[in-house]
Amino acid sequence: MEEFLQQLINGLSLGAIYALIALGYTMIYGVLRFINFAHGDVFMIGTYIGFFILTSSFGQALGPGFGTAVIVFLAAMLGCGLLGVTIEFLAYRPLRTRPKLTVLITAIGVSFFLEYTGQLSFVFGADPRTFPTVVEKTMVVQSGSLVIDSYQIIIFVVAIVLMLGLRMLIMKTRIGTALRASSMNLNAASLMGINTNAVISFTFFVGSALAGAGAILYAMSYPKINPLMGILPGLKAFIAAVLGGIGNISGAAVGGFIIGSAETMTAGYISPTLRDAIVFAILIFILIVKPSGLFGQGGTEKV
Amino acid sequence: MLTVKNLKVNYGAIAALKGISFHVPKGSIVTLIGANGAGKTTTLQTISGLNKVVEGNIHFGEKDISNMSPHKIVALGISQSPEGRLIFPGLSVRENLMMGAYLRREKKEILEDLDYCFSIFPRLKERLKQAGGTLSGGEQQMLAISRALMARPHLLLLDEPSLGIAPLLLQLIFEKITEINRDIGVTMLLVEQNAHMALKVASYCYVLETGAITLEGPASELASNEDVQKAYLGM
Repeated sequence: MEEFLQQLINGLSLGAIYALIALGYTMIYGVLRFINFAHGDVFMIGTYIGFFILTSSFGQALGPGFGTAVIVFLAAMLGCGLLGVTIEFLAYRPLRTRPKLTVLITAIGVSFFLEYTGQLSFVFGADPRTFPTVVEKTMVVQSGSLVIDSYQIIIFVVAIVLMLGLRMLIMKTRIGTALRASSMNLNAASLMGINTNAVISFTFFVGSALAGAGAILYAMSYPKINPLMGILPGLKAFIAAVLGGIGNISGAAVGGFIIGSAETMTAGYISPTLRDAIVFAILIFILIVKPSGLFGQGGTEKV
Repeated sequence: MLTVKNLKVNYGAIAALKGISFHVPKGSIVTLIGANGAGKTTTLQTISGLNKVVEGNIHFGEKDISNMSPHKIVALGISQSPEGRLIFPGLSVRENLMMGAYLRREKKEILEDLDYCFSIFPRLKERLKQAGGTLSGGEQQMLAISRALMARPHLLLLDEPSLGIAPLLLQLIFEKITEINRDIGVTMLLVEQNAHMALKVASYCYVLETGAITLEGPASELASNEDVQKAYLGM
């Protein structure tokens, strides 16, 4: 039982990170009906933003602590948000009226661009770097074999707060209403007087900023960072979004938690080498059994 | 109020509108009739800024609105009840109506307009909390027209309000269109395949055929025109 609880806690904290990244995929899909394959790389950039702040003389002077964490989170969120808006503006917007496949392939191009430009020696370099400590890790619960550390709590709390904040933003504000209308029908939204280009930029900003927050949480727990590190978490978060029903915001959150738990359970009970395989097995299973995902509405979309 | 001059619009390599000109005077109901694929919807979408103007121009009052962003055109006072209604399926009837008033901020006036819509279409008041996607075709049409009215437009564009509607409701919808025009004096441009109904409510009519205007005149005159009777009124 303790073993199960431990795996569940590990899974939920990993899943919280996937959920944050998955929200970006699903929000952008909701409005533009395409998968932003560069999203995982925006996540990667987020870890480097944190890395450069922490290793700068400013970050060194601050040292680990709560204030440092707040600064690093806000910077990564802002940086990733702006990067997302820029990518949309430069790469996707000019192709708005083209077939979806064109934009999709462009997204893959942007993804490669970020990954391989990042590996240049004068950018991030190909060698992994070690993400410095943001806050000291402490043991919160330690009873028998059950261990919960402060990072797991931080990850969980930050993710939940951001998700609730997102929900408020979407359900209660004017721009949130505009976003909901735009994701139901972009043309109809513009006929209501909604500036749909602004809504799309806003969607990219929020979605990418959530990936930025996820990036810091991820790098805190897995402090080896490199320019290709966004690929796998990005894919898994994408699968989480598909599992929850792409375009469905609560679905993406639930999907993230399920994927995270499935991964740690498999690693704990079956074999650690299968932890990635299980996620892709879930993707294949869901695509066969219920392609619209757990909470998705029907309808087919060519991707 | 609205003057379109030599308007040309392309879909890819295909010319959808080949240089059409027409005029909608203030306070009137003008109709554009024609068969499927004649370019009626294209015309309305272009006025609303959803299609690119290749040549010619669209003037709203003194202002050239060709190739302006759709949301700016709404802000100038042109709203549309689009083809296929495009109701927001996941929003309630009330939320759909409030989306129509998205650019407005005067709470009191918005509520007055809401009441006006309910007086025109009492059915909407009964369905207030229901999701837009669960309404019948006729109810959705009432909602689409009301939603467009919620912008308090100077010019209302109506795209095929007869489409997919039970015959009984059809009569009612067109009666209401006349009533709205009389009540609040809003200018209307009505696009229709159902020429019979369109000619009844409109004062002036243009006939659109494969992207060009082939005939125009007062509605009563066109209704007795032999060609129109044969081609569009089934006589």
